[in-house]
Amino acid sequence: MRASLFITCYNDTLYPETGRAVVRLLERLGVDLDFAPQQTCCGQMHANTGFRCEAFSQAKRFIRLYQDAETVVIPSSSCVAMIRDQYPGLVAELGNQELRQQFEALVPRVFELSEFLIDRLGVEDVGAYFPHRVTYHASCHGVRALHLGDRPWRLMAKVRGLDQVPLQNIDRCCGFGGTFSVKNAEVSSAMLAVKLQDVVATGAEYCTALDNSCLMHLGGAMHRQYAGMKTIHLAQILASTEDCPAEATL
Amino acid sequence: MSHVVPNLVNLDPRTAPPFPQAALPMLRNPQLRKNVGHAIDVIQSKRAKLVAEKTDWQELRSAAADIRMHVLENLGSYLEQFEANCTAAGGAVHWAADAEEARHIILDLLRQENASEVIKIKTMTSAEIQLNPFLEASGVRAYETDLAEIILQLGEGEPSHIVVPALHVNRSQVREIFARRMGLKDLSDDPQALTNAARHYLRQKFLTIPTAISGANFLCAETGSVSVVESEGNGRMCLTLPRAMITLAGIEKVVPRFQDLEVMLQLLARSATGERMNPYTSLWTGVTPGDGPQRFHVVLLDNGRSSMLAHPKQRQTLKCIRCAACMNACPVYRQTGGHAYGSVYPGPIGAILTPQLMQMHHAQSLPYASSLCGACYEVCPVKINIPEVLLELRAQVTDIERKTFSRFLDPMYLGLRIANLLFARAWTFHLAQWFGRIGLSLFTRKDGWIHSLPSMGGKWTQTRDLRGLPGQNFHEWWAARRKEAK
Repeated sequence: MRASLFITCYNDTLYPETGRAVVRLLERLGVDLDFAPQQTCCGQMHANTGFRCEAFSQAKRFIRLYQDAETVVIPSSSCVAMIRDQYPGLVAELGNQELRQQFEALVPRVFELSEFLIDRLGVEDVGAYFPHRVTYHASCHGVRALHLGDRPWRLMAKVRGLDQVPLQNIDRCCGFGGTFSVKNAEVSSAMLAVKLQDVVATGAEYCTALDNSCLMHLGGAMHRQYAGMKTIHLAQILASTEDCPAEATL
Repeated sequence: MSHVVPNLVNLDPRTAPPFPQAALPMLRNPQLRKNVGHAIDVIQSKRAKLVAEKTDWQELRSAAADIRMHVLENLGSYLEQFEANCTAAGGAVHWAADAEEARHIILDLLRQENASEVIKIKTMTSAEIQLNPFLEASGVRAYETDLAEIILQLGEGEPSHIVVPALHVNRSQVREIFARRMGLKDLSDDPQALTNAARHYLRQKFLTIPTAISGANFLCAETGSVSVVESEGNGRMCLTLPRAMITLAGIEKVVPRFQDLEVMLQLLARSATGERMNPYTSLWTGVTPGDGPQRFHVVLLDNGRSSMLAHPKQRQTLKCIRCAACMNACPVYRQTGGHAYGSVYPGPIGAILTPQLMQMHHAQSLPYASSLCGACYEVCPVKINIPEVLLELRAQVTDIERKTFSRFLDPMYLGLRIANLLFARAWTFHLAQWFGRIGLSLFTRKDGWIHSLPSMGGKWTQTRDLRGLPGQNFHEWWAARRKEAK
């Protein structure tokens, strides 16, 4: 199976270890992975802040770049949600017929990481080993836009050594919301404070998710508060093995 | 005991401070956050149980969404049908283009009744047009009869929720207001005692004031009927004892057929209060000789609504049946309560409704008062895609900003415009990453984390740290690995 990795601007810049983990994981599962060096951003930040023309120019770029890809895998629910939920409107409004056709042909081949593993590769046991207490934060886009359902749990259940701790109010927003975290910094912080209480109360060592944006928000507060917990993208847990544990790649 | 509601509350969108600023005192108010959180948890858990037991919930939502959208697409003809049938049944229908016209129509009707006092069923639409202060200034005293509205009226507070307007007030605060305003210095905060105090206060009003004002949950075009749903029976009292009734309703409240209420009422009670059915559902059609008000008026209010119909993506806002499920589900509302929204319509629906009612001249911070988490859309009984409308409105706010000079002073605006240029090519994006790494390294401490940033970045670091940028981006790692492999 061939797949093209769209790493996202955010992961490329801030969380390369997540990208490395995706590569290690997918190659271990026999996926022939490529990476288009021209890739930049899906346009979510612009679209969500009201910069529609700018978001469209990035959407157009994305569609053109991946039109020949067999599948596109993206380790970020919110970027996949951007493509599925917002590209149609942008393309309909600002695009031409050719772009609309290219988009319609492409969108069924775009997968979030857990979708790719379960729906496309048909694997739940990825051969991972991660001997830690972990709690999973169901990010807003994963749960309400992509409807990931139990996919993350099916993957985590097969990770050897992983002790999964349930999180109260699991699908409540952490308050990140992209530029919301800056435009409404105080409200965002209040939401974060409440979320962090639930996360810390699990007593887990790690909080994981399929979005590094939420994890940056939670992790930033954990670090500030010496909360004694860390964040880790699920890709890094799934890539982790006895021989090459996740910590070594951090 | 401090006043229940901070004096900073301003629910006039034309003068209210922007959301981030208005939210600050709410965030700092432990009592308010506790009251709001507790009240919402109670409603939410009741709602969740009742929705779960309804196996056709999604079908009901779809039906309701279709009915409401059909109404909006044919609003003119359904309103005319309502007018004809209401008039035929003995009612009188008045059309108000804006708040001012509605206020004057209502005042004129009250003067025809020689009313110096009027009793009111809870109506947020009357708060939208700021009816009570207008009537007061014109010599008519309006008495609220809904318990929450009484609390707010006596406590000189403002509504913070559209279904439970005094959600932010707890019972010890209610006791304080009632004791002070009703002269009951020995009143306890036992709910029964508080209810009795309100009942005693209300009974006098019901028995002595022969004129009433109501809102409407639904107008039925087919029959010309008006429906009001409520929990306390105060509405039923206002509908039976007075000689004259004036109903104020937004033009979007109409449903085509009587039968459509079957769908709407099932959704509304479950979504609003977590009940299978609300205790009192009143339906009346014009005037019935010898029974109830003998003079009946409906004031149909536009006040910005018809201008919303022109926008294909935004018009769904008018599908709203005012259940407030969106605000109960909203993680932002949960922290701020309703007053931060600077409007009688708070929460996610307020964030999209208020700026549109203001035709985008005011309340421009509200479309940004959301993390776009989507919880509102998930619970909305008429499937209003609130995040979609928020984004639409954000685009409009940005388009307004594009024409102003002050955009050059807005770091967010400049940053996003520049970022767009950088994202257009890989090499400019990579160059920006390189500059970003150098720039941020100046702020990165020995532990590898950034604890404090200037300007917009300081908004982040005021409560969170930021990990310093890694020495190697992913694409650099990939390129190096490729090279190695060759």
